Amino acid sequence: MREETENIELIQKKKYIISKQLDAFFSGIYNVYLFIIQFFKEAFSPPFEFKELINQCYQVGCKSLPLISLTGFITGLVFTKQSRPSLSEFGATSWLPSLISIAIIRALAPLVTALIAAGKVGSNMGAELGSMKVTEQIDAMEVSGTNPFKFLVVTRIAAVTLMLPILVIYTGLIGMFGAYLNIHNNELTSFPAFINSAFNTISFLDIIASISKAICFGFTIGVAGCYQGYYAKNGTVGVGMAANSAVVLSMFMIFMEEMVIVQIVNVFR
Amino acid sequence: MKLIDSHMDTNNAIISIRDLKKSFDNNVVLKGIEVDVFKGENIAVLGRSGSGKSILIKIISGLLKPDSGTVKVLGKEVNKLSKKDLQELRLKIGFSFQSSALYDSMSVRENLAFPLVRNKRNLKAKEVSAAIESVLNDVGLSQTINQMPSELSGGQRKRIGIARTLIMKPDVMLYDEPTSGLDPMTCIDINNLIVKVQDQYNATSIIITHDLTCAKATSDRVTMIIDGKFLKPGTFDEIFNNDNEATKSYFNYNFINIK
Repeated sequence: MREETENIELIQKKKYIISKQLDAFFSGIYNVYLFIIQFFKEAFSPPFEFKELINQCYQVGCKSLPLISLTGFITGLVFTKQSRPSLSEFGATSWLPSLISIAIIRALAPLVTALIAAGKVGSNMGAELGSMKVTEQIDAMEVSGTNPFKFLVVTRIAAVTLMLPILVIYTGLIGMFGAYLNIHNNELTSFPAFINSAFNTISFLDIIASISKAICFGFTIGVAGCYQGYYAKNGTVGVGMAANSAVVLSMFMIFMEEMVIVQIVNVFR
Repeated sequence: MKLIDSHMDTNNAIISIRDLKKSFDNNVVLKGIEVDVFKGENIAVLGRSGSGKSILIKIISGLLKPDSGTVKVLGKEVNKLSKKDLQELRLKIGFSFQSSALYDSMSVRENLAFPLVRNKRNLKAKEVSAAIESVLNDVGLSQTINQMPSELSGGQRKRIGIARTLIMKPDVMLYDEPTSGLDPMTCIDINNLIVKVQDQYNATSIIITHDLTCAKATSDRVTMIIDGKFLKPGTFDEIFNNDNEATKSYFNYNFINIK
């Protein structure tokens, strides 16, 4: 009898914990939804924060260039190097430019750029807004007659959404350059021949799909970073958690979106 | 400090609070605050940590919404204002944060210019610079104009925080623990600055503190939050000699020989 009562209590406890976790999960999703709605409301109502938007574009775009350049170049170079043995088995190394361009333009450039941006920009946004939140700087901005959501959040999300497509195109070009150097070194392919072979296989749909992906990824990184930072709590521990969650959440969402967008694009292909 | 007895008519109150209640989940913090603060008056609010002092001024500035009750600042009911009207009202309210809340990414000059440039967009660069120099002179920190907040001491940060609010020439000043974490000499400087703000800017101020020296040096009237309600405001000596058990134990605990 006693054992039975204890079992029932244990089951009730587990039920309570599960229901609380589910509640937190769904209310989290609902809060992100409200956050996004507020973003669109504030983004399209005056006054517009153009000066801060340009400043954020500079922070997101220009300051990411060295890291993006290095990563893009290495990706192109290494991917070419790794693909050559498989193709050479069939005597098809002349297909390398086409293979590399498809891989870089369709998948690698958007994905690599987004993951780098999630790590660099997303964590920066989470930590910066988080520390502003816990040190009352956001409250100070609000009481001084400035809308902190518009000034801090809207500009950051808009900046990363606008800059990521540009960074993706840049990464694609740098990656292709890395691939060209490797192919030229090994197969003595000329630059016009490389370009001709590479871009013959790339369609307009591929480029549009990549840019669309970049816009989605950028928006996701901005929302994840700003949401985690803007609602940070529990002092310095909260700031660390905000930065960490911003990266983890945006990376997870990037892969989910990649999967969905690829499925959608394949319908039109 | 000023004697303002002649103006103490409820209708003349700059800040008027009635039956203000606020709770967080099951924790009832404010259980019916009632107070009037008059033009040019400094009132200090004492109370133990967690008694709801900071919550009170966050409600006055519209950062938090009360559960019930009314808060009128300069004749306007704060929690019934539209977003736009609230922003306009906030330009007349200065809020000095406990942590100073200076923007880390901006220099002292940029910190001071921020509220001015954003709210008075037609000002020329020269006028902004003149206003910055003027408030920096008022707080005695002209030499820090190009420094970053991280390069300032705690006392300097507090004073720059106050200067950032003064640049908008506020009618109402809200100080959240202005002397917390500072050495006694710097506390005296801050106390003098609060009195100077009252005299020079004729601002009406609420000073949240548990520093009895600060309360005595800066305030015309003092009150205390006991169990979520205000003790009837009076002079420092009246509150100090009050028979209320909670007041006595609070003053005994802070065993400073104020007198």
